[in-house]
Amino acid sequence: MPTTPLAQVLKMRHEAISRLFDAKFKAITRITVGSATCENAAGANPVYDRFVHLFGQNKKPGVALGRVGCAGRCDLEPVVTVISKGKIPVKYVKMTPAKVDKVFESHVLGGKVVEEYTMEHVAGLRQFKKIVSVCHGAGCIKKNLGVEKAFQDAITELGLGDSVAVTRSACQGLCERGPVAFVYPDSTVYQKVTPEIAKKIVEKHLHGGKPIAEHTWSGKRLANRFLPIYGNVQFFGKQLRLTLRNCGVIDPENLDEYLAVQGYEALGHVLTNMSQKEVIDAVTKSGLRGRGGGGYPAGRKWQIAYDQKSDQKYFICNADEGDPGAFMDRSTIEGDPHTILEGLMIGGYAIGADKGFVYIRAEYPMAIQRLEKAIADARAAGLLGKNILGSKFNFDIELRLGAGAFVCGEETALLASIEGSRGMPHPRPPYPTVSGLWGKPTCINNVETLANVPVVIIDGPAWFSSIGTPKSKGTKVFSLAGKVNNTGLIEVPMGTTLREVVYDVGGGIKGGKNFKAVQTGGPAGGCLPESTLDTPVDYDSLAAAGSIMGSGGMIVMDEDSCMVDVARFFLEFTQDESCGKCTPCREGTKRMLEMLERITAGKGKEGDVEKLLRLADTVRKASLCGLGQAAPNPVISTITHFRDEYDAHIREKKCPAGVCAALVTYTIIADKCVGCTACARKCPVQCISGAPKKVHVINQDACIKCGQCLLACKFDAVLRK
Amino acid sequence: MAEKKQISLTIDDVVVKVPEGSTIMDAADSIGVAIPRLCYHPHLSILGACRVCLVEVEGMRNPVASCAYPAEAGMKVRTSSTLLRRLRRDVVELILDNHPQECQTCERNTNCELQKLSFELGIRDRLFQGERKRYKKDLSSPAVTRDLEKCILCGRCVRVCEEVQGVTNLSQHRRGFHIEVSPAHQGNMMNSVCVQCGQCANVCPTAAIVEHNDSEAVFAALADPAKHVVVQTAPSIRAAIGEGFGYEPGTPATGRMVTALRLMGFDKVFDTNFGADLTIVEEAYEFMRRLQNNDRLPLLTSCSPGWIKFMEHFYPELIPHASTCRSPMMMLSVLLKTYYAEKAGIDPKNVFVVAIMPCTAKKFEAKRPEHFTPYGVPYTDAVLTTRELIWMMKCYGMDFRHLQDGEFDNPLGVSTGAADLFGTTGGVMEAALRTAYEKLTGKPCEKLDFVEVRGVEGVKESAVKIDGKVINVAVSNGLQNAKNLLDRVVRREKEYHLIEVMACTGGCIGGGGQPYPPPGMHIMDASLLKMRAKALYTIDSQKKLRKSHENPYILKLYEEYLGEPNGHKAHELLHTHYEPKFPRGIR
Repeated sequence: MPTTPLAQVLKMRHEAISRLFDAKFKAITRITVGSATCENAAGANPVYDRFVHLFGQNKKPGVALGRVGCAGRCDLEPVVTVISKGKIPVKYVKMTPAKVDKVFESHVLGGKVVEEYTMEHVAGLRQFKKIVSVCHGAGCIKKNLGVEKAFQDAITELGLGDSVAVTRSACQGLCERGPVAFVYPDSTVYQKVTPEIAKKIVEKHLHGGKPIAEHTWSGKRLANRFLPIYGNVQFFGKQLRLTLRNCGVIDPENLDEYLAVQGYEALGHVLTNMSQKEVIDAVTKSGLRGRGGGGYPAGRKWQIAYDQKSDQKYFICNADEGDPGAFMDRSTIEGDPHTILEGLMIGGYAIGADKGFVYIRAEYPMAIQRLEKAIADARAAGLLGKNILGSKFNFDIELRLGAGAFVCGEETALLASIEGSRGMPHPRPPYPTVSGLWGKPTCINNVETLANVPVVIIDGPAWFSSIGTPKSKGTKVFSLAGKVNNTGLIEVPMGTTLREVVYDVGGGIKGGKNFKAVQTGGPAGGCLPESTLDTPVDYDSLAAAGSIMGSGGMIVMDEDSCMVDVARFFLEFTQDESCGKCTPCREGTKRMLEMLERITAGKGKEGDVEKLLRLADTVRKASLCGLGQAAPNPVISTITHFRDEYDAHIREKKCPAGVCAALVTYTIIADKCVGCTACARKCPVQCISGAPKKVHVINQDACIKCGQCLLACKFDAVLRK
Repeated sequence: MAEKKQISLTIDDVVVKVPEGSTIMDAADSIGVAIPRLCYHPHLSILGACRVCLVEVEGMRNPVASCAYPAEAGMKVRTSSTLLRRLRRDVVELILDNHPQECQTCERNTNCELQKLSFELGIRDRLFQGERKRYKKDLSSPAVTRDLEKCILCGRCVRVCEEVQGVTNLSQHRRGFHIEVSPAHQGNMMNSVCVQCGQCANVCPTAAIVEHNDSEAVFAALADPAKHVVVQTAPSIRAAIGEGFGYEPGTPATGRMVTALRLMGFDKVFDTNFGADLTIVEEAYEFMRRLQNNDRLPLLTSCSPGWIKFMEHFYPELIPHASTCRSPMMMLSVLLKTYYAEKAGIDPKNVFVVAIMPCTAKKFEAKRPEHFTPYGVPYTDAVLTTRELIWMMKCYGMDFRHLQDGEFDNPLGVSTGAADLFGTTGGVMEAALRTAYEKLTGKPCEKLDFVEVRGVEGVKESAVKIDGKVINVAVSNGLQNAKNLLDRVVRREKEYHLIEVMACTGGCIGGGGQPYPPPGMHIMDASLLKMRAKALYTIDSQKKLRKSHENPYILKLYEEYLGEPNGHKAHELLHTHYEPKFPRGIR
């Protein structure tokens, strides 16, 4: 019987690995099907079922099938990954049962990759046999450019250009060993690479096939399991995955798989070797700040909760993710639920709580189901409950489902909701760390913050704090959405610039259009224009630029987006989600929305913008909670950066982006019109006149701006402006 | 108790010392800086919702709500600045923008906190006007009506209903711009657990909740020559009505009130006090019988209709303990349409009984089917609150200060000092003890003042020795206090014999229909309640007859008409019954 909690965890891991080896890793080829709410919605279930069916019909030894969480490449889902030893994992995208048949036939049985279904093919990337990825943190760009060039030159020199590619990776937190180069699929890590070493690597390893042992680094980071599978694709290569380290890698419903990737080792370590104070100090030293939006230092919060004398304390995981279009927390929970539990337990241990809650919105059924299973599994394994791992530390976790009110993400409203009251915020102080759930000291951290905690413990606060910027440490997860080529769930080191996110990770603007703005921080954030694209992603820089980090929504807008309409959209959301308790938020957001609706309807008056700014300032300064205080941000930032668009709406009654229906005019370009009559036949109000084969004309007085003519015209002769 | 630590901070450059735990608002109040406020109420929990009382604190990014923010040592606070004036102005304008613009025709005109605040903050134009919320009025209850369009969502009614009354009938529904305060499931005040006490109306800063207006029926009756219109006034009216005419709280105005009523055209002016004396006699006999048989003790008083409804909803198991006596108002109304009508030779169908009450629940009580005549009309035809009566008197042009003192009509207008005490918490107990003592011992009660049951504390207890037996009595006011007391009764933690329960804080002098307090005072203020109570104690102490059973007209009534106390006829006319209601008596 092992004596310490840590020894017990290690023993559990050992057993888990041997179980898994028998079931899976003995296999030469592993097939994983992405499975999260989004992937299932995209059709992952029939894909998985098809594989199961085919495996039932064809006994193929050495092939294992499994499910994993979401890797984050949303626009290409469902994703199926085929991992064969010694080869770059093949990622099939947009899979269907029919495609599964072909992949099974050709790849699984025949060993031939179905090129046209691969991520590289679909996303228009080239396939390579080997990839060299050079780290490319913000601080090291100049230094590493020489190395990158040396790799490139040597590859060209040896004629390997068709089979080997050079890419850039995000800072992987190995700065003391940098520059670092990763070679895939071998997962070799070269440290302190110089141009000379780069040349040698190309010659001996990439060409000759033999890694150069003296330059490699054999250490392992928790984060380094993701890249061998996905690192060759630029979308992933520019990321650093700490929070999402296991998403898309392990089966979220299998405790063994979490244990195999050092799961619960941090807990074992904490319970064996660290006092409460030492845990808090580690989190403080790591520089980890709250990822829920406010950016409050996690260590300081824990310390305050620890300092309170009380017979009962609570630790709550805030999983009430409510920003429109945000799915960071859901994906994390669905892909790696045990991480949240482990973070919560470590937090509970640190502050002296024996009871934890996960407050999660009821609209996340799969995340809830996976969390419930994870809790049950952990409890059955003795990782949760009384006397955890024989340490005398008791901790149990319950779920509390939110009813979908955005405001319940605000911590005092969240507490009210758990207590069974209406979810409305209370004035602070007292802060929850002093008087929280049922008046007891309560520490509340969000999902992403807690997911970082095991990383801080295992890889150490010093390492963690080496990533990021002086005041913002580690990484940040974003839901990248909007008009970029690659949308999805991403995690980048703090300090990565918006430009890198939009162009390198996001792959630039769709359809070659012009970038207009990037909206960060969800409805509480702001819209940042082109001129701010070199802003590093960190709490303070984004705030200085006029937006906020927020919980991680990021929406990219192109020239076709109307910024007044964008402001209106976010205001519509916040005014609808206002709890109604305090006056400025309840009434003020409504009035601001009315003004924006007037402006977008062409009924704006001179002076409206000034009124908007005045009211925005009132709502920001007078509101009770963060929701109201931040609600005007989209309005203020769009007025600051895109005032000309407001003026155009108000003075010229024009919407420059052609979005606001009331301000758009449809005209027929005489040169392009062939007189096919298609538009006239579609027009519901018969306001288009013209004989067949003659140029048609739209009667502007009668036009209801429905846009049917634009859709009907096959000759691009209808102009919407 | 240890002195609280004093901390010192500066407010508008003035150094202020306050006990630790004070808010910034407390500190400012202590030096005479009255920060504008709206949702704040000194007797309710802190909500911090209206955002009017904002102040600037050096080093803080945003202004803070001074009602909620604790004063800290060394803090530098500014209560007025260009920014704060603008914020307060804009916040209150935002409320006005979603509020009917009908001040002149509003029940609270000239007596509205929102109106006063918008004047003081200098809101002279509207910058942000837009859509306004629209609701139908809730006229379901005969006691209180709600106009959600006038609701400014300060949450005072929600808080008073939960924290002071323990009823929690009102809560917020929906959210954002569409938020509304309503009974459960957006129900109405009648079809809910509302006890009709009207405390919500008392704390409402606008006319969103007011008593149901019954003045039209009274005007009509007074103008109808076929009707014999009689009025009765509750004990607590005389202690509060003067406030409506600029008198200091606690100025007794019995005589002028009687004269004014007569001038208004009431055919007879009777005194609910007579009903109170009668109640005491009936209740004392009921108590003695139960005490002798050790039956259904403690006996719970039944004068307060808010409390009765509360019991029916939440303590159905205590219904057998409640006295079956009708309330003084109901006893008198019954006598007016029976005994009096008979004696005066008037067809009771032509008698129109108006009761002036400090209470909205009395309007509800009057409409209970148990209190209808055999021919299907209420014994009490109309109930007016003190506030409604004050307004009607003004409408009739009563120059109250210059009126001569008048006398109640007889025989139902004479009362003892014990009856006056009914208007304040502990009064029924004191009156009952005076009678019970003498009836049980057969000896005169020497010490008439039972001071242990006087005062504004929420629960008062006393042990009275009567005939060698210790009688445990308890008095509660405010229904949350009643809850605390009754839970002990239900758990049998202590043996009580007699318990007086009044629904409202302070008893009837703090009732839901009493005048809005003068500037600087609030409903539920101990000082206000003490002043009003003092008027009643003074009247009592100056009366020759101070024990209900010594009222000669009561004795005559039994002799002529009722027979024995608790006898057959008395039971038929003066007693009632109760029934369990939702949720404890689940239907």
